[in-house]
Amino acid sequence: MKGKINIILTGVGGQGVITAANILGKVALKEKINVFVSEVHGMAQRGGSVNCSVRMGDVSGPLVSSGTADVILSTEPIEALRYIQFSNKNTKIITDINPVIPYTVSVGAEKYPDIKEVFNELKKYGDLYKIDAVKISKDAGALITKNIVLLGALAATDVLPFKPEKLLETILENIPSKFKDMNKKAFEGGLKAIKKY
Amino acid sequence: MEILEDKPGKQILLLGNEAITRGAIEAGIDVATTYPGTPSSEIADTFSLIARSFTKQKKDPSFYFEYSTNEKVALEVAAAASITGLRTLTCMKHVGLNVASDAFMTYLYVGCKGGHIIVSADDPSCHSSQNEQDNRYFALFGNAPMLEPSTPNEAKEMTRIGFEISEEVKLPVLLRTTTRLNHIRGPIELTKIQKPRTKGHFEKDPMLVTVPAIARLQHPILLKKIKQAEQISEKSRFNKIINVGKPKEWGIVTSGVSYNYVKELAGDMKLNVRILKLGMTHPIPKKMCEDFIKSCENIIIVEELEPILENQFKVIAYDLNSKVKIYGKSSGHFSRLYEYNLDIVADAFSKIFKIKNPINKPKESKIKLPSRPPALCPGCPHRATYYAVKKAAPKTTIYPTDIGCYTLGKAPPYEVADLLLCMGSNAGTACGFAIATDEKIISFMGDSTFFHSGIPPIIDAVHHNHDVVITILDNRTTAMTGHQPHPGNDFDGMGRPAKKILVEDVVKGCGVEHIEIVDPNKIKETTEAFKRALENKGPSAVVSKSPCILLENRDKKKRGEKIYVHEIDQEKCKNCKICISRFNCPSFYYGEDDIILIDPQQCNGCGNCADICPFEAISPKGVKK
Repeated sequence: MKGKINIILTGVGGQGVITAANILGKVALKEKINVFVSEVHGMAQRGGSVNCSVRMGDVSGPLVSSGTADVILSTEPIEALRYIQFSNKNTKIITDINPVIPYTVSVGAEKYPDIKEVFNELKKYGDLYKIDAVKISKDAGALITKNIVLLGALAATDVLPFKPEKLLETILENIPSKFKDMNKKAFEGGLKAIKKY
Repeated sequence: MEILEDKPGKQILLLGNEAITRGAIEAGIDVATTYPGTPSSEIADTFSLIARSFTKQKKDPSFYFEYSTNEKVALEVAAAASITGLRTLTCMKHVGLNVASDAFMTYLYVGCKGGHIIVSADDPSCHSSQNEQDNRYFALFGNAPMLEPSTPNEAKEMTRIGFEISEEVKLPVLLRTTTRLNHIRGPIELTKIQKPRTKGHFEKDPMLVTVPAIARLQHPILLKKIKQAEQISEKSRFNKIINVGKPKEWGIVTSGVSYNYVKELAGDMKLNVRILKLGMTHPIPKKMCEDFIKSCENIIIVEELEPILENQFKVIAYDLNSKVKIYGKSSGHFSRLYEYNLDIVADAFSKIFKIKNPINKPKESKIKLPSRPPALCPGCPHRATYYAVKKAAPKTTIYPTDIGCYTLGKAPPYEVADLLLCMGSNAGTACGFAIATDEKIISFMGDSTFFHSGIPPIIDAVHHNHDVVITILDNRTTAMTGHQPHPGNDFDGMGRPAKKILVEDVVKGCGVEHIEIVDPNKIKETTEAFKRALENKGPSAVVSKSPCILLENRDKKKRGEKIYVHEIDQEKCKNCKICISRFNCPSFYYGEDDIILIDPQQCNGCGNCADICPFEAISPKGVKK
C-alpha cells in the first residue's frame, strides 16, 4: 500500500481496546503491510481511560500525531471526545453510544456531560458514526464481543487497506473455537450498522 | 508458541519487550534474571511464560529464569553466571538500575566472559514511574557499551548481536530502551535460534577480587576495553548515515525512538538532510562523528531527556575547531522534559528550518470531561486495611508509603500516602519522621517491596528503637506489575515449587517484638490491632494478610467456587453514604433520587461493605457471572 493509515482506538480499560488494536496489527502483517501498534499499559488498565495507536504503511513514528487520524474508534462516547485532538474534518469517528460512567461521577465528585451534547460536539470534529455496540454484542451472544463489533464497523468504512473478510479471518484465528460463532455475528453486526449510514 | 519458532526469515508481530526476549533466545540465552517493573516487565514475563509451559510438560526450557528478590540480586546472579561463560540477560526498569548500581559499577571493572545484556527500560514522561531519569548516564558513568533500539525488530537484533559485542570486549552491554519501544508492537524478522551452552566453567582468578590493589589494576583495563568498544562502534551496522532529499549543509543526529520521528518528518517536511542514526551510543563512533561534523554546517541533535549526544558532539566539534552550529536543548529548540512525538519534533524542525509545520495545533473540546483515575479494585484488601487504619489513627498521623498498587491510597478519601521516594523507602523515612517529630507514624509497603528492600530499614527501626508502626500489606503477589511471584510464594517464575518465606517470620527475625498479624477483611479486629500497635512504644509491625482479589477470584473460578455480589436493601439504607464516600469502593454509585446502588458487574464479592454499613443494609445476593 502507499501512504499512511492512522487509527486511534480508545475506550475504558477492560473493554478489549488493546486486543482490537493487536488484531489490526496481525492482519496488516499478514497482508505484508508495515505496521506499528502502540499500547498503553500500567496504571491505565483498571477502569482507566485507554488509547492505542495503529499506524500502517509508510510510517515510522509509533504514535499518531495531532489532526491526522483517519479513524477514531471508541468503545465509549466521551473517550472519543477525550482524544479529539487527533481528528480532522475528514476523520471518521465511530463510537458506541453507551456511556460507561467513571467512578468519579458515580460517587458525585465529577459530572458526566449531557450525551446529546457530546454527540453534537463530536459531529463538529469529523464524520460521526454512532452505533449501539452494546446491543449488537449482546445480540451476538455476549458483551465481551463489543470490541469485535467495533472492528466490524471499522471494516465497513473504506479506511483499511484490506477486505473485511481478511479482518474477520484474523479475528477468528485468534479466538477459541467455541466463541467463533459469537464473534462472527458481532463482526457482521458492526459491519451492517455502518453500512446503514 | 510463535515466539519459539525456529523459522529464519519469517515475520511475526511482537511487542518491543517480547522482541528482546526473542533476541535472547536466538542468541542461546542460558540465564535470565529480573525484578519486575513497568515498562520492562513483559521481557521477563515472556521468559516466565515459556519456562512455565515447559515445566508443565515436564520438559527443560533450556534456560534458567528467575524473578530475583531485587534488581541488585538479579544482576549479581547473572553476573556470576556470565563470569563462568554463560550467556545471561538481566532486565529492569530504569530506577531498578539505581538499586543494582553498586554491583553494576564494579562488575564493569571485573568484566564478564559469556555475553551479558542488561536491559534498562527508561520511562520518559513518567508513565508509570516516580522519576524520568536518563539511564544513558549509567553507560557513561560506569563505562558500559550501550545499544539503543528504535523499533522492536532492532531491539531483537541488538539483543542478539549485543551478546557478541559483550563477549568481544568482555563487558556487560547496556540495552537502553524507553516506554515507546517496550510497548510498541511491530514486525520482527526471525533469525536462527542458537543452541545454549550446557554448563558454565569457573576459573579462579585473583583479578576477580576487587580489593583496592586489584581495582587499581582493573580500572585502566576497563578504559582499554571501552576504547576497543569504540572500534566496534565505528564498524557497527547500528550506526549509519541516511540521506534524505539532496543533503547539503544540514545534518541531524539522533538515537532510539527519536529516530522514528526524525525519519518520518524528514520525508514529510521534504528536508534535505543527512541523518546520523546512532544505535550504539556508548562509546559513540568518534571518527564517524568527526566526519559527520565536517560534512555539515548545521547539526540538529534530537534525543529525549538529557543532552548526552549533544554534549559529546560539542566536545568533538570543539576539538576539531569546527564552526558547526549545533541545535538542540541548549539552543532552546528541544526540551529536557518528557517523551517526544511527531508533534514536538515537527514544531522544532519548523522553527529551525523556518518552514510551515505540517501538523496542526491540537484542537480541544470545550466540554469538560470527567476523569478516570486508576483506583484500588473493588474488593482490594488494601482498601480494608486503609479503612481500619483511618479508624485507629489520630488525624495528625504521618503515612510514609511505597511503590505498588497501595500507593493509590494517596487519593481521597483515604489520603494515607505522605512521602514516597523509592522501593523500600517507607520504613526508612518512617524512622526519620519518628526522630524529627512527635507525631504517630504508620508506614505501608507491599510484600514484594518488603522482600525487595524493606527489610534493612526494619532492622534500623529495631536497633535504634524508633517509635514507628510498619505495615506490610501481604497480598501474596507483585500485583501492580502483573502478578509476578516473589519469595513469599510457594512457586517460582519457572513454575517450579519453591520455599515460601513468611513475612512475619522475617519481621520476627529482625527483632520486632510487637507484631500484629491480621486479616484486613476483619475490619474491627484490624482496627484494634492498629490501635495496639500505635500504643506500643518503639517499633511495631502489622502484617495485613489477604490475597489480591483478582488472583483470589481467578482461583475461586478455577475451583468452581461462587462469588457472591452484594446488594443494598433500600428499605434498610439510611443514605448515610459511609459505603460510598468513606469506604469508597468503585462498584458503588448513585442511582436516581440519590439512592445508592452496587454495580454487580464490578462487585468482586469481598463483603467488606456489609461489615462497615452501620444499618446492616448490605448483604450477598446473586452469583457473579
